[in-house]
Amino acid sequence: MEETKKMTRQEKKALKERLKHLKSGKLEKRDASRGYLFMIPWFIGVAVFLAYPLGTSFWYSLNGIRNTPQGLFYTFKQFGNYTNILVRDPDFIVELVDYVTSTILSVPIIVVFALIIAMMLNMKIKGKSFFRLIFFLPVIIVSGPILGMLTEEGAGSISAIDMNAITAAISGVLPRMLAEPISDLFNNMITTLWYSGVQILIFLSGLQKIDKSMYEAAKIDGGSGWECFWKITLPNIKPMILLNVVYTVIFISSNSQNPIIGLIQTSMFSGDQDKGYGYAAAMAWLYSVVVILIVGLFALLLMTRKGAYEKQVKRAKKAKKQEARNRKKIERRNVRNAKRIERQRAQGKITSRTTSREDY
Amino acid sequence: MGTKDKEGFLKLFMVYALLICIGFIYLYPILHMVSVSFMSLDDLLDSSIKWIPSSFNLANYKQAAASMKFWSSLGQSILLAGIPTICNLISCSVIGYGLARFNFRGKGICMGIIILSYVLPSQVTMIPTYVLYSKLGILNSIWAFILPAMVGQGINAPIFILIFWQFFRQIPKVLNEAAKIDGAGYFESFYKVSLPSAKPAFITVALFSFVWYWNEAYLTSLYVHGFTGTGMTSLVIQLQNFTSNYNSYASTSTLSAAPSLNESIKMAGTMLSILPLLLLYFVLQKQFVESIDRAGITGE
Repeated sequence: MEETKKMTRQEKKALKERLKHLKSGKLEKRDASRGYLFMIPWFIGVAVFLAYPLGTSFWYSLNGIRNTPQGLFYTFKQFGNYTNILVRDPDFIVELVDYVTSTILSVPIIVVFALIIAMMLNMKIKGKSFFRLIFFLPVIIVSGPILGMLTEEGAGSISAIDMNAITAAISGVLPRMLAEPISDLFNNMITTLWYSGVQILIFLSGLQKIDKSMYEAAKIDGGSGWECFWKITLPNIKPMILLNVVYTVIFISSNSQNPIIGLIQTSMFSGDQDKGYGYAAAMAWLYSVVVILIVGLFALLLMTRKGAYEKQVKRAKKAKKQEARNRKKIERRNVRNAKRIERQRAQGKITSRTTSREDY
Repeated sequence: MGTKDKEGFLKLFMVYALLICIGFIYLYPILHMVSVSFMSLDDLLDSSIKWIPSSFNLANYKQAAASMKFWSSLGQSILLAGIPTICNLISCSVIGYGLARFNFRGKGICMGIIILSYVLPSQVTMIPTYVLYSKLGILNSIWAFILPAMVGQGINAPIFILIFWQFFRQIPKVLNEAAKIDGAGYFESFYKVSLPSAKPAFITVALFSFVWYWNEAYLTSLYVHGFTGTGMTSLVIQLQNFTSNYNSYASTSTLSAAPSLNESIKMAGTMLSILPLLLLYFVLQKQFVESIDRAGITGE
């Protein structure tokens, strides 16, 4: 009995050893490579509609391009288009600064608003589906021309609130560069809030996935609703916050209400000698760098901020590591000391009594 | 919040009040639009009439519909949104399945490119794509939307790919293994085992893709409608060019009754261009509202 058991254990060990040296099997490899088959359409798409246009667009942006019936005529300008846009173009920089400030202002408003609505809808209230229906409605009608039409007719803001008073109050307090986007924001409050339909639903489904027992445990420990929000709700929906922020930024940037996009299109078809495809391509590149920077900024802001729990875990891990390092240090020193003492004893320099003390 | 004890009355009251107020603010532009669209010229000028017009005046709708060529634009809108949506469904589901089921080399890079292509504004690739389309001779035709959608590069396709990826990941792999043991090939096990269970993802992607294509004005006016307006048109494009459309309609109209453009006619035109989607929304409200929940985007 004893014998067989030992044998099996040895066998097991040998098997484990053998498995360690084994690479993934042929079947597994073939299986994985079939993934390429499914990805073929995507590879074609990336090559034709992403990689090729990206490269060509960059080449365009370095050239002055004249569009004639015979074809496109290139004249190499190096970074001439870029300097023209940044130095001479009267509109682009103004619009870009406007876009950046209004995006950075409105994204937090949209996301926080969406979170508040989602939390209210997550409570035990009647008519939940009716309210969800209302708050999701804008998603299907927010398109550039419709929003343009509505703001043109003054339906984008609430007429009951005196906008002029608010605008005056804001421009009295803040510098002009900030006051303008903020009062713009107030003027288009409704249409800004309309952008938050998808975000509300994302938050709502995130909130519903939080384990209810956590709140119960917190309540037993005497946590208030406020504390529960900061220590349970927020850390749990953090990935959704990032998701929503990125979604909002992209949505605002690709909305055809955005004047920069319009500017790019008009300069693309402009009859002006200096403008045309190359100029528009350079604009598009500058614009996308700015968009990516904004997304990166928000991502950085949201990713570095750790929850209280995570912080504690990190601190504990750090302390543990430090402790381990110290222990190792002591061990090493002990070994070193022992060796030295051994050596010294061999040379007959010290008596055994002192070693014992030093060893300790 | 999630506990069993009841919320306080005052708190509940506050929540209802807030929700109703914000709900009203949310609906305000739509209500305003509906009310103005029915007003006659006299009602518009009468400052005592704010919300309810003195009579339901359908003439605005008639004028707006005639100037937008409503029925033909509606048909083209449905084609322009529907066909690329079908292409999106096919291509994104295949790509999402490939990403979810197989651990091929370079998968991480592929995911990175998908996310990058979502963040990158379409304006960067727009100009060479425009030149490419004009070389291929598909500019100002629906093919300019179909071709990219067929290879997973349509409007917002990265989102759809990620939705399918997320969904196929949740379906147990054992099902595919069982199918394989029963002698199914890779594609057979894809469309006979995985596809039928991915119905919620299909509904979500179909709805969003349809709505987004329907509402797309910028790329439609560039690729499909054309700079000179020779290509196909959609209701949203017609609305974008509403003023010029209406003026040319009013000047050529055989009816001498076409009035000059006013607010009511504009609002009637806006209403007409969102009406089909509104109807779709109220018919499929449940699918829309629960779509994000069911697609498991937040599953992380």
